[in-house]
Amino acid sequence: MELTGAEIIWECLVREGVEIVYGYPGGAILPTYDALSKYQDRVRHVLVRHEQGATHMADGYARITGKVGVAMATSGPGATNMVTGIATAMMDSVPLVCITGQVPSTVLGSDAFQETDITGITLPITKHNFLVTHVSQIAPALRKAFHIARTGRPGPVLVDITKDAQNQKMEFIYPTEPIRLPGYVPPSAATPEQIERAIALIQQAERPLILAGHGVSMSGAERQLLEFAERAQIPVALTLLGKGAMPESHPLCLGMMGMHGAAAVNQAIQAADLLLAFGMRFDDRVTGNLRTYSPNSRKIHVDIDASELNKNVKVDVGIAGDLRTVLEQLLPHLPRLSHAAWLGEIRNWQEETDERDIIHYAAPSDKLYAAHAIRDLWEATGGNAIVVTDVGQHQMWTAQYYLNQRPRSLITSGGLGTMGFGFPAAIGVKMGAPDETVWAIVGDGGFQMTLCELATAAQENVNVNVAIINNAYLGMVRQWQEFFHGERYNATPMHNPDFVKLAEAYGIAARRVRTRAEIPEAVAWAHSINGPTVVEFQVEKADIVYPMVPAGADLDKMIRRPISQPNLPDWSENH
Amino acid sequence: MKHTLVAIVENEPGVLNRVASLFRRRNFNIDSLTVGRTEDPNISRMTIVLDSSVTRVDQVQKNLYKLVNVIQVYEVTHQPFVSRDLALIKVRASGQAAWLASQFGARILDCSDEMMILELSDEEARVEQFVEALRPHGIIELVRTGVVAMGRGKHVVQPAPHLA
Repeated sequence: MELTGAEIIWECLVREGVEIVYGYPGGAILPTYDALSKYQDRVRHVLVRHEQGATHMADGYARITGKVGVAMATSGPGATNMVTGIATAMMDSVPLVCITGQVPSTVLGSDAFQETDITGITLPITKHNFLVTHVSQIAPALRKAFHIARTGRPGPVLVDITKDAQNQKMEFIYPTEPIRLPGYVPPSAATPEQIERAIALIQQAERPLILAGHGVSMSGAERQLLEFAERAQIPVALTLLGKGAMPESHPLCLGMMGMHGAAAVNQAIQAADLLLAFGMRFDDRVTGNLRTYSPNSRKIHVDIDASELNKNVKVDVGIAGDLRTVLEQLLPHLPRLSHAAWLGEIRNWQEETDERDIIHYAAPSDKLYAAHAIRDLWEATGGNAIVVTDVGQHQMWTAQYYLNQRPRSLITSGGLGTMGFGFPAAIGVKMGAPDETVWAIVGDGGFQMTLCELATAAQENVNVNVAIINNAYLGMVRQWQEFFHGERYNATPMHNPDFVKLAEAYGIAARRVRTRAEIPEAVAWAHSINGPTVVEFQVEKADIVYPMVPAGADLDKMIRRPISQPNLPDWSENH
Repeated sequence: MKHTLVAIVENEPGVLNRVASLFRRRNFNIDSLTVGRTEDPNISRMTIVLDSSVTRVDQVQKNLYKLVNVIQVYEVTHQPFVSRDLALIKVRASGQAAWLASQFGARILDCSDEMMILELSDEEARVEQFVEALRPHGIIELVRTGVVAMGRGKHVVQPAPHLA
């Protein structure tokens, strides 16, 4: 059958099992939008309000479903608006295919209207990209794009397709021959020698600790991780993106590590004699000072990306492979072990950590602390919601106080720390998991970066709930200014709109909460509404996320919440 | 220590750009990079020389592998190999320069307008010696190709079998 390039694009998306495309039309992609009429019964197109939103929605969709998220935009500004979302997906290894229109091949390189070299721009922030200038290249490029995006260490792939290629026609039969990518062979399994060396280190260890990262959920290794930890009685610390890899109620699960991790977890890392790093990459936010990082431990590192091994931390056994495959290789050789003394030591640190926890502090009834608000949201949702965060203090409080029992129940921008990610990503998450209750927990700063997507949520009637943790500050920056910049709060106070009125202007139901007492009812109200809701939590303005490892400091040199405070300070004079 | 890597890459537009972008982004410092065609029209071959005291060779190798268009990466330094760097050097024509050229086995490609172009193809270190020897006589123009390398005997750098 003779098809246009535009039709071939949709044929390929249908063949790849794409259900939803997030996008925004424009001149150079218009033929593809025109061809949508023939395919809209098979592929749902969601019109966003800014192309960055499209990439974050596709990203959220991909993270919750494990499938490839798809975003579409036109050339020039449409494509450059995607850059932040692509970089976000790259840093967190999220499979995306971004399709951009490009000016006709006849004028490529002539600075034509809305021309930009988007393959050049996205070279360092995509796993791979393609420039397609002829109809015959469209299907091969898209097949490769989906394959590359979802296999190995997943990541975003951009396919830039010239307008003339979309308009050209050709006899089209969907290609069935194997994809030819001679230079692309993701690693898969460990060698028997690596397994032997890893098991020997585990048997010798007295103070072993597992560091579980995003790779656990990406390879679907949650069950294997649990079996591994239980059989060898090894405690598990989670990275931010590793949250959900193991139920946080499990006695062997210690919680989050790193800059704002629990103090006990960082103490355990520093005191360990064996670290088992599973699908994590020793980011500076989890290691602190590399020279003093876990000084007395041997290290086993399993990651699907060989270049992560020995990149930041020198390891004794580095295994490039799929985590689930490698854990399944290790498990038959793993003896039943007991580390009672070590677990007891960690428990003491945990008790001391717990003493300082803001959750146990009594606050005046008219004051709302963000940590309390998020813990109350956790209780009011039965801990069962999928939570999508933005970036900043609320993100860390969510990581600390919204405990995760299930895989993929926390969606957050870890590596790039993209403000503006949370709300559009939550829209994608809800569309990927329509039966789940989805809460976007965002700050007042980040929310305002992408709040135009309120219109998308309203137009598509996406049943997503937004909790704005409003402290009228760029709180995390303010915290750094307080600690490290002489309390000079330059450019961090925010004069905000009335978020309730704003949401209502979009036709979205909204409420405001000022005290803890109101929270259960407000959450129940949000759940009762079939459609998007916004709940603004007006919280204390000058609160601090504790503990905190200053950037580049030793991991156990944390700034801790003062222990002797009987009541939380009254910061009202700062308001 | 100097390390010489050979990368077998797909002969596609933009591959050199991808490699150069990778080196810049990862802050990999390289001494030289050459790229050229091979016996197979679909395959290009890059020779990369770098110094392990400033750049981690394992990271360069692993990151090159991550590029989809890079098929194979070999380090040839630890096996018997030959390498050549070619220099064209323009100097004022003189008996001394001609004598130096003959000592180093360089050829005189051109002698006009009282100038000579000398050509030396040799190992990088030897080319450098030649340049230093000529420097006191005044080098007017100098161009070098960068290093290309090939394993000796049965040490063959070749793409994966299914490409052959």
